[in-house]
Amino acid sequence: MQGINLRIREGEFVALLGPNGAGKTTLVEMIEGIQKPDKGEIRILGKHWDGHADELHRLIGLSLQETRFIDKLRVLETLQLFASFYSLDQERVYQIIDLIGIQDKRRAYVVNLSGGQRQRLALGIALLNRPKILLLDEPTTGLDPNARREIWSILIRLKKESHTSLILTTHYMEEAEKLCDYIVIIDHGKILREGPKDRLLDNQDEEKIVEFSLEGSTGLYPGLFKDAPYPVSWDEKQQTGKVKIPKIERNLPAFLSYLSAKNLELKNLEWRRQTLDDLFTSLTGRHLDE
Amino acid sequence: MSRIIQPRQLGQLILAYSKELIREPGVLFWGIVFPILMSLGLGIAFTKKQDIERHVALVNRSGLDNQETVDFLLQAGEKANEDNGEYNYRIILRDENMGNTTLFFEPMTWDKAIAQLKRGTLGMIVEERGKNKIYHFDPSNTDAQLTYMKVSAFFNSRTLQSGLDETVKPLTLRGTRYIDFLIPGLIAMNVMTSCLWGLGYGVIDKRAKKLMRRLVATPMKKSHFLFSLITVRFMMNLIESGLLFLFAWLVFDVSIQGNITALLLVFLAGNLAFSGLAVFIASRTANTEIGNGLINAIVFPMMVLSGIFFSYYNFPDWSIPYIQKLPLTLLADGIRSIFIEGAGLNVVLFPSFLLVSTGFIFFLAGLRIFKWY
Repeated sequence: MQGINLRIREGEFVALLGPNGAGKTTLVEMIEGIQKPDKGEIRILGKHWDGHADELHRLIGLSLQETRFIDKLRVLETLQLFASFYSLDQERVYQIIDLIGIQDKRRAYVVNLSGGQRQRLALGIALLNRPKILLLDEPTTGLDPNARREIWSILIRLKKESHTSLILTTHYMEEAEKLCDYIVIIDHGKILREGPKDRLLDNQDEEKIVEFSLEGSTGLYPGLFKDAPYPVSWDEKQQTGKVKIPKIERNLPAFLSYLSAKNLELKNLEWRRQTLDDLFTSLTGRHLDE
Repeated sequence: MSRIIQPRQLGQLILAYSKELIREPGVLFWGIVFPILMSLGLGIAFTKKQDIERHVALVNRSGLDNQETVDFLLQAGEKANEDNGEYNYRIILRDENMGNTTLFFEPMTWDKAIAQLKRGTLGMIVEERGKNKIYHFDPSNTDAQLTYMKVSAFFNSRTLQSGLDETVKPLTLRGTRYIDFLIPGLIAMNVMTSCLWGLGYGVIDKRAKKLMRRLVATPMKKSHFLFSLITVRFMMNLIESGLLFLFAWLVFDVSIQGNITALLLVFLAGNLAFSGLAVFIASRTANTEIGNGLINAIVFPMMVLSGIFFSYYNFPDWSIPYIQKLPLTLLADGIRSIFIEGAGLNVVLFPSFLLVSTGFIFFLAGLRIFKWY
């Protein structure tokens, strides 16, 4: 980790977005207090980990990338166990069971839960103590879209109903966009870009991404487009081209007439808003999910 | 068509797995070095002693003269190990094919002979009544049977002038049977294995599953974590040992002849000793394979050395004082003395103290280097 400087405010949901191996978990572990930065400091609500561990543990809720709870303990029993660490009563346990929507599985052994149910349990445990800061390390990795949406809806509800700050690591841009207000893009232990979600892609309404393919599969190569009005990136493997066009309503005809002037016939063309993945690709030349 | 065997692929796979294996020093140690050390230890203990040594008590309760036997023994062997008025007659029966057998005939009282038989230091009692020789031993103990055959053959091969009159009296006295010897040993062994596997391996597994890391991210007291594991293990051991005893009592009529409080004390001390050892073993590794090896390294030698299945007096004399200090030996001997010799608190007080201290030292050392995540 190098040159990381982050300030997270109360009630703010922050995404640490980056591909696998970007250093997201390391950063979270530093915040969590189990790794120490060689240089620099981390303060949580004004406090360092040294000497305040017990206090901070009570303020933080977390879900690790993969935790396996006690296999042959029931869901209810697992929650009761963790509730005992925070001196919480039975009522809170049932509130959590409702919140994570796992009523029908509360008597099931943890080992028999599906991946999604297990992640919801982990999230429920993280929320037991009404944490001021919630750290979620890839809470939806490996889950199917349905299970992922269930986790999201729990977090969206949490955002509405509490002042909890969330630090979430993910390599799904959709997850970061859907849940978080502030996005930090990380790669190789460094922050590449950060900012409020709506300003990170500040020119997204101005600029659109146009993806196109052409008739005839021979004689197409990247150098072909070097005189195009906007820089075209041509993917030889996919045989598709990508070009960023500002004010598309006005400027698209110019691009189309450039193509027809070169005797290139369009097979398909679509345009869309710029995404975080486009931003990441433009910064690193790679995709987030690589 | 692809070939059935792809030599390059296979070669690369074999290479990769070999590298994986040899790059894990723990696996290498437990897979290669440890078995060699074990074979070395057991080899020294058993192979060097090609000669069979058997200790036999010579008891004369009748008051009749047994000078004839003494003369006979002196003629065949020699009087040896004279020490504080105790001595024995050492007879070496030479046999080039099967190895030599050395018989030690030790004159002693009946009570002492019974006590030593229960402890496993003697194989058999030869009682003399005039010209009659009565052999007392547990007929279900094959080792005692072998001793009987050797001794009987010895007396018969060099027939006494006045002829030989032999009787075999099976010992069915409580505490002298092999099962009486075995049950306390099994209880001790169970305490050891379930502490080390249940507790030690359990901790390693929780670390490997990152459960421990999740737990310490809460305000949970770390001491509670370990204390609860140790307590649960102790209660389980109590139940397991109770059931084992109940079974032995119902089926074999095994009984506890000594003091119950003393038994509970030494049992608790044994649990503490092995719990401490378990915490120490489990203090760092998150690799269950290494944990496996570490636990075996402790369990296996003690299981062999500590006289669980057979008396440790079969090991060389120089090793006995060391073997007696092993935690499992302390526990097994303690439980055994209460079960079959009727021992009380005074006998197990010191061994219990040693066990508790062992546990305490290992526990503290383990805590100092303990890795929570």
